[in-house]
Amino acid sequence: MRRVYLDHAATTPVRPEVFEAMIPYLTERFGNPSSIHSFGREARMELDRARERTAALIGAQPEEIVFTGGGSEADNHAIRGAAMTALGKRNHIITSAIEHHAVLDTVNSLKALGFDVTVLPVNGYGLVDPADVRASMTDRTFMVSIMHANNEVGTVQPIREIAAIAHERGALMHTDAVQSVGHLDIDVNELGVDLLSMAAHKFYGPKGVGALYIRKGVRISPLITGGGQERKRRAGTENTAGIVGMGVAAELAMAELDLERARETALRDRLIAGLLSTIPHTMLNGHPTMRLPNNVNISYMYVEGESLLLNLDMAGIAASSGSACTSGSLEPSHVLMAMGISHEVAHGSVRMSIGRGTTEEDVDYVLGVMPRIVEKLRSMSPTYDKKGECCIKDLCANPQDCMRAGGASAPNAPASVSASMGQAMR
Amino acid sequence: MYSDKVMDHFSNPRNVGDLDNPDGVGQVGNPVCGDIMRMAIAVKDGVITDIKFKTFGCGAAIATSSMVTELARGKTLQEALELSNKAVAEALGGLPPVKMHCSNLAADALHLAIKDYLERNAGAADGAGIDPASIKVEDDDHHHDADTAE
Repeated sequence: MRRVYLDHAATTPVRPEVFEAMIPYLTERFGNPSSIHSFGREARMELDRARERTAALIGAQPEEIVFTGGGSEADNHAIRGAAMTALGKRNHIITSAIEHHAVLDTVNSLKALGFDVTVLPVNGYGLVDPADVRASMTDRTFMVSIMHANNEVGTVQPIREIAAIAHERGALMHTDAVQSVGHLDIDVNELGVDLLSMAAHKFYGPKGVGALYIRKGVRISPLITGGGQERKRRAGTENTAGIVGMGVAAELAMAELDLERARETALRDRLIAGLLSTIPHTMLNGHPTMRLPNNVNISYMYVEGESLLLNLDMAGIAASSGSACTSGSLEPSHVLMAMGISHEVAHGSVRMSIGRGTTEEDVDYVLGVMPRIVEKLRSMSPTYDKKGECCIKDLCANPQDCMRAGGASAPNAPASVSASMGQAMR
Repeated sequence: MYSDKVMDHFSNPRNVGDLDNPDGVGQVGNPVCGDIMRMAIAVKDGVITDIKFKTFGCGAAIATSSMVTELARGKTLQEALELSNKAVAEALGGLPPVKMHCSNLAADALHLAIKDYLERNAGAADGAGIDPASIKVEDDDHHHDADTAE
């Protein structure tokens, strides 16, 4: 059976070139980079090269890169480290409602230490309004942490504008760029961020390794203390093989970025247009253009996400959903909820994320399979009937948002896009 | 995460659809929770002679709905009322713990269909003396308490 992996936002395969480069550092070049002998020195040399390559990918200096055990650790380090340094001086942090839980839960954990937390709302596209950031800033704000691109709906935030606002009041700007590094052109100086989180496994590097960019001159407390590794910013013997892999993955991503971004954007738009035009009662979640090149997130009304995923899986297609049923929790995706999307629409959301291996044939295969799956599930759904009368409007939490009549409008979405979604929805 | 039996009932659900002139209809769940199940029954001489379901929900919701139609067909009303959500899950070879409460409501939908039938046919001889008011299903609110109920 054909297998189509459309979950690259969850993780990507390690590229063969990356794997090849890693092998020696697991075997004969096993030295500890902190050792002064030749075994240590050869590991140190390659570690330094990886640091240069990783820095180059985001326009940073090598000494501004601290390798971590992944994206979540980088987020924790940035937020907790800055909070510890701010202790006794500033006690307020601003973030958004659609952050990854590595940021959201970490920020919220600061409340117990007496910090004030502002969680900004987003509009129907998942965009943070820079004016909201400005209005929330105080002289006690030590950090603004807003993600670069959202992992679920792919919306890309106006980070440059937000960073400038943070700096007006002397706060640090952190961005979780785990989904965008290696996929979008990123220059930390152009964005104006002080701290940026990244993870190797989102751009064809290994899992368990990431990095935090810390702008030169910015001082934050370490999260992990012990040895003096990473210029005393992250203790623990370096994951040499993983870091080497990350460096090679970064170099390859940088070399291929423009071509691959254009290729994926074309596939993304083909998939979005195909799904919206062949399946009625569907809605694109997230911004139509300010969007990751590989992200497709669509809600299929009257069906539930996990059922869609199981059927897709039976057809060899791997995707993910914002439905509560797939998260192990009872609430649907906090991102879709924050965007003002009703529960019943959020339950029917499916994210497909394209990658290097995705072909036009893969997209067309999905376009051939998906309408049948949706129709099959709708035919057994009590909320759907073909006559066009909505069966759940009495139960509906947001009947005004009902997609059934074709008068689709995403709550909080600017009027122009509501209109275009209405057309796309049929 | 699902047993083979769950996947069988999910991918080939039995008795999907509506009855033309059902003798009783029961519905549980709501779109906010992500699960809605509707059962329609035909009753003759106190026995469920036909049963159909329609379900909006996850794999467990669809599989339990399908299973309950198989278990209830041919049963007397009293026997059908004794069918519990737990028994339905067991007949499927078990469900993941997180699904036991949130998506395992098919027997409740069946019980409400029987209640509907009894209310429509008050005093009918085949009601077997069951008082429809005695048929109760858990409030939908338990959806939100499922974590603590585990």
